[in-house]
Amino acid sequence: MTHVRGTAIEAVALVKRYGEVTALDGLSFTVPAGTVFGLLGPNGAGKSTTIKILTTLSTPTSGAATVAGIDVLAHPNAVRRAIGVVTQGSGTDRQATGRENLLLAAHIHGMRGRAATARVDELLELFDLTGAAKRLVKAYSGGMQRKLDVAMGLVHRPSVLFLDEPTTGLDPQARSEMWAEIARLATQERLTILLTTHYLEEADHLADHLVIVDRGRLVAQGSPEELKSELRGDAVVVELAPDASVDSARTAVEAMAREVTVTGRTIRARVDNGASAVPAVLAELERAAVAVAAVTVARPALDDVYLRHTGRTFAAASASASGSGSEEVAVA
Amino acid sequence: MTTLTPHTGYLTGRLLMATLRQPAFVVIMLIQPMIWLLLFGQLFKRIVELPGFATGSYIDFLTPGVVVMTVLFTSGWAGMAFIDDMDRGVMDRMLASPASRGAMMLASVLNQAVTVVVQGVIVVLVGLALGAEFPGGIAGILVMFLASVLLAAAFSCLSNGMALIVRTSESLIGFSTMLTLPLSFLSSAMIAREAAPEWIQTVSSYNPVDWTVVASREALSADPDWGAVLLRLAGLFVVAVVTGFIATRAFRAYQKSL
Ligand SMILES: Nc1ncnc2c1ncn2[C@@H]1O[C@H](COP(=O)(O)OP(=O)(O)OP(=O)(O)O)[C@@H](O)[C@H]1O
Ligand SMILES: [Mg+2]
Repeated sequence: MTHVRGTAIEAVALVKRYGEVTALDGLSFTVPAGTVFGLLGPNGAGKSTTIKILTTLSTPTSGAATVAGIDVLAHPNAVRRAIGVVTQGSGTDRQATGRENLLLAAHIHGMRGRAATARVDELLELFDLTGAAKRLVKAYSGGMQRKLDVAMGLVHRPSVLFLDEPTTGLDPQARSEMWAEIARLATQERLTILLTTHYLEEADHLADHLVIVDRGRLVAQGSPEELKSELRGDAVVVELAPDASVDSARTAVEAMAREVTVTGRTIRARVDNGASAVPAVLAELERAAVAVAAVTVARPALDDVYLRHTGRTFAAASASASGSGSEEVAVA
Repeated sequence: MTTLTPHTGYLTGRLLMATLRQPAFVVIMLIQPMIWLLLFGQLFKRIVELPGFATGSYIDFLTPGVVVMTVLFTSGWAGMAFIDDMDRGVMDRMLASPASRGAMMLASVLNQAVTVVVQGVIVVLVGLALGAEFPGGIAGILVMFLASVLLAAAFSCLSNGMALIVRTSESLIGFSTMLTLPLSFLSSAMIAREAAPEWIQTVSSYNPVDWTVVASREALSADPDWGAVLLRLAGLFVVAVVTGFIATRAFRAYQKSL
């Protein structure tokens, strides 16, 4: 995807405070038009807050932003006409049918008569909802509801689409369908898509560019490939046996590898060549009389990028974040 | 480029459709005013013997009172639909779309207006069946509905504005209950003005609920004082417009909390 046509979204030094809580702490990023941009971070990182500001729902404590070239603070209504929004959770009317939901969205965007119904039928077809069009949304499965959400965001052919956790809570089948649809929208309809996700795998799969956000700050950005290639070599993960000494294990691994971190009984480290380093690491651990339960070697993944920039694993960060709405913990 | 009118139409359609899809709710809405009329009619049958009552039949007197109380008890809950929308993410989606805020408020008002007119028709029919007489005829009944719609507008805007500020159904229920009963008893809905203590008479002359009742009874009487009716309709109109305006501003308060 190389069709750069300028800038679709620009966020400049966004700060958002809720009383004592600083949800965004000077977040800046630029989204080139026609790309899929991923906002990745654990619970409470400030992803939804960013989306709310960019979609004019909320105003920042300080900072500025433009979407589709329009200033979100100065001309919120013009922004609203240019964007499609899929909020975290759902935004469908459960007491109405799928078709009624779509028609209302079309009408609100000023589409009338046959133009509106034709567009609605087209989207129902596209999202495989034609058969369920006349059923009330409360009878839809989670995956169908989410598809309807996305369809509603597309009714007026927006130039920028915001997707706040489009696949959270979906089963693997529904998730891969959603992925395919998002990828298709990006390539065939040349939409700019900003999506947030807990899933490193999702960001890796879909995003052309991504930023990793933690506690309201940008901690890393680039394409998934760039971020991964920042990490030289392979990751080695050692699981210690229950009675092993974590301290001696750490000293032993540090002798053989770099960037060593310990979480519970798991030691992570980086080596130039995993295949040849593992026997050496194991020998060193044996010399230190440390019992090992398992060893794995992995090519660099986004999880490692996250670990390196924040000092926490993604799963640990998601699990430790408190007070946010989602019960989901990322599995990378 | 105004979106107010078309958006109001589409959003009202959505609300009416949602109401019709809850048959139990519709049935309760229709039965409740009947019960009130029958119950209060029996309970207070002999109240007309008190000094201050002009008419000899309590049903004649009570019918407009029950219409107005129904308005209060129906439109006081208007904000519940807003809270449902907030809980379901519909509100956020609307607010991030070009949907006119004024239309969102007006659609709720129109939905309430339709409901209270339907309820009003039921009350009038039951009243007639119980032997009520309305010398003011059709014109009087239409004036009563007009006054009721204006009161419903003011009350549903109040309820919606409150919903946008408190954002939970518990608080809204508390607010609504706290307001509706005192406001109906601080009016001549059930008891003739002259039969109430003096301080209540004073308070009720500032109470839009009382304006609605007085305008309705006057218009339903044999020889209405149209000046008094118009004055109260104008007052109700002003209250409705002002609450509508303030309630629409409350969308900002809601968005500030996001
Ligand atoms: N309306 C609000 N009032 C008060 N605090 C809020 C509000 N919205 C968000 N916060 C706080 O701001 C921080 C960032 O929240 P945000 O919803 O943006 O996180 P997120 O990255 O979307 O998390 P999740 O992955 O759980 O959706 C959190 O600490 C959250 O508790
Ligand atoms: Mg979120």
